[in-house]
Amino acid sequence: MTSATTLPWVRRALFRASVAFAFLLMLAPVVTVVAISFFRQEIVSFPPEALTLRWYINAWDQQEFARGFVTSLEVAALATLIGVPLGTAAALALQRSRIRGKEALNALLLGPLAVPGVVAGTALYMFYLRAEFWLDRDITATLEGLVAAHVLLTIPWSVRLVSASLAGLDRSAEEAAANLGARPLTVFRRVTLPMLRPGIVAAAMFSFIQSFENLELTLLLVGPGRTTLPVAMLSYLEFRMDPTLSAVATVQIILVAALMLLTDRFVKLSRVV
Amino acid sequence: MGDLVLQALTKRYGGTTAVEGVDLEVRQGEMVALLGPSGCGKTTTLRMVAGFITPSAGSVRIAGQDVTRKPPYARDTGMVFQSYALFPHMTVAQNVAFGLEMRRVGRAERESRVMEALRLVRLDHLAERLPGQLSGGQQQRVALARALVVNPAVFLLDEPLSNLDAKLRGEVRMEIRSLQQRLGLTTLIVTHDQEEALTMADRLVVMERGRVRQVGTAEELYERPRDPFVAGFVGRCNLIEGVPEGAAGFRAKGGALLPCAPEAPPAGTGAVLALRPERIALSAAPSTASLGEGTARLEAVTYLGAQTEYVVDYAGTPLVVIRATPPVGDPLRRLAPGDAVALSWDPAAARMLPAQ
Repeated sequence: MTSATTLPWVRRALFRASVAFAFLLMLAPVVTVVAISFFRQEIVSFPPEALTLRWYINAWDQQEFARGFVTSLEVAALATLIGVPLGTAAALALQRSRIRGKEALNALLLGPLAVPGVVAGTALYMFYLRAEFWLDRDITATLEGLVAAHVLLTIPWSVRLVSASLAGLDRSAEEAAANLGARPLTVFRRVTLPMLRPGIVAAAMFSFIQSFENLELTLLLVGPGRTTLPVAMLSYLEFRMDPTLSAVATVQIILVAALMLLTDRFVKLSRVV
Repeated sequence: MGDLVLQALTKRYGGTTAVEGVDLEVRQGEMVALLGPSGCGKTTTLRMVAGFITPSAGSVRIAGQDVTRKPPYARDTGMVFQSYALFPHMTVAQNVAFGLEMRRVGRAERESRVMEALRLVRLDHLAERLPGQLSGGQQQRVALARALVVNPAVFLLDEPLSNLDAKLRGEVRMEIRSLQQRLGLTTLIVTHDQEEALTMADRLVVMERGRVRQVGTAEELYERPRDPFVAGFVGRCNLIEGVPEGAAGFRAKGGALLPCAPEAPPAGTGAVLALRPERIALSAAPSTASLGEGTARLEAVTYLGAQTEYVVDYAGTPLVVIRATPPVGDPLRRLAPGDAVALSWDPAAARMLPAQ
């Protein structure tokens, strides 16, 4: 009896506290990175001596960052453009067709998520070297090579998110279209695809972010003159430890957040993820 | 518009048979209901008519044309789905226009026919809304308009009311029936709700385990059920197992001798006597004459407002009796479990059916 009257109050307080703690845990690193980017001292300490924008200016001056940023954008955009349609097609085949060995195929497609990035990167590097020898052309440190590697990241995400969308799709809407006289291809174009849009948009966004932020898989595949932003940041870190990286990271965080907000305008993310 | 003829329609999945040899004719402008418990094959039958399921054997003819092997888009049917199946990304008007677009109807004609169809279901003021912004009843009416706007030869309804609440169900039921009659639509409706079937359809098809048990009007099925399943499924019925004893009556398993029409005792020894609860008269003062032995005892009384339901033990055979609730002050109102009661019925009302 007592538990029924006193517990809800206590429970609510505990619930709120744990939610607050979870948010704190997730946001603390982000807030720290953003804060540090404005500190004047070179070696991070607290409290800040003064606030400054010099690290942003320094980052702007570093050629590698600007070039890495452009490369990352290019790679992420292309890998998304290739991976999402492929992943969507694969998800359709997995959910709808009667092919055999669906389980195995699904595991294969999601595989890249399970293999540690460094291992996959190393394997790819060795494969690229072999391929370069056979094809007699550069693959490592080329845009094509990087895009091909990143498609491995974008396909699993697309397969998973589009599959989830497909599983929740009301097939009777497709049947209704067929009943009204639409041939299979028209049904797909006019009904199935529009109904999958939230899943596809989410897949594109996740793919883009995965590719844009990837470090481990990319590490061995870049070369002089063609480096992605995360790799450029790591190289900078090898020689210097000033808040320039925080400044770059802040820009990156803002970019990803903007992308999420933009996506959310078209599809409610809470409905997909 | 046209008629619909099913001949020996059969669907097997591996070893199991979902639908077995269904023969049915839905005449021009007629509404026929497929009625049965879940898993009886009624939905499978409807989906074979629409073309979503390919029959294992038999044929489907729409307006004289054999469409058994034709894909859904090449059949002239308009279907309304249980889940409404509206296109969530299109407005109400676009949903309704879809079928006309597929038929390459020109824009001007399309627009006027869409508005006409929406007026028919009284939704013309919501043409620009998305389905998600409508109530369940409104969505259902959009689905109706979308199926009707193309003037299909056959109108198909798959449990169209099961997602609506009770009050709305009555309204939409009347709306569908009046549309169907006004437009003279050849209609096949699937339902598991006998009240729905009885009130809407011209004829009913009772199905069980993939087979048609009986086809007939509501009255035919209710008054002259062919077997105990139909008797029990359409309306409530006392189904008493026992053995016919000719002119003496029917000897129930429990030992009671029940009066019944002497005509045509079914072949074989076992039979089932079907007796509708409302055909049994009940009185408080046991008049032993009508009963022979006066051995009926009241077991339970349930007050249902307009009606009262009594469970009576008639010499070891439980019988359900439903009577209009007697006025206050009537001796019947004071009956309590354990009381002795007298039962009587017209022997012609007790129908002898073959045992299942």
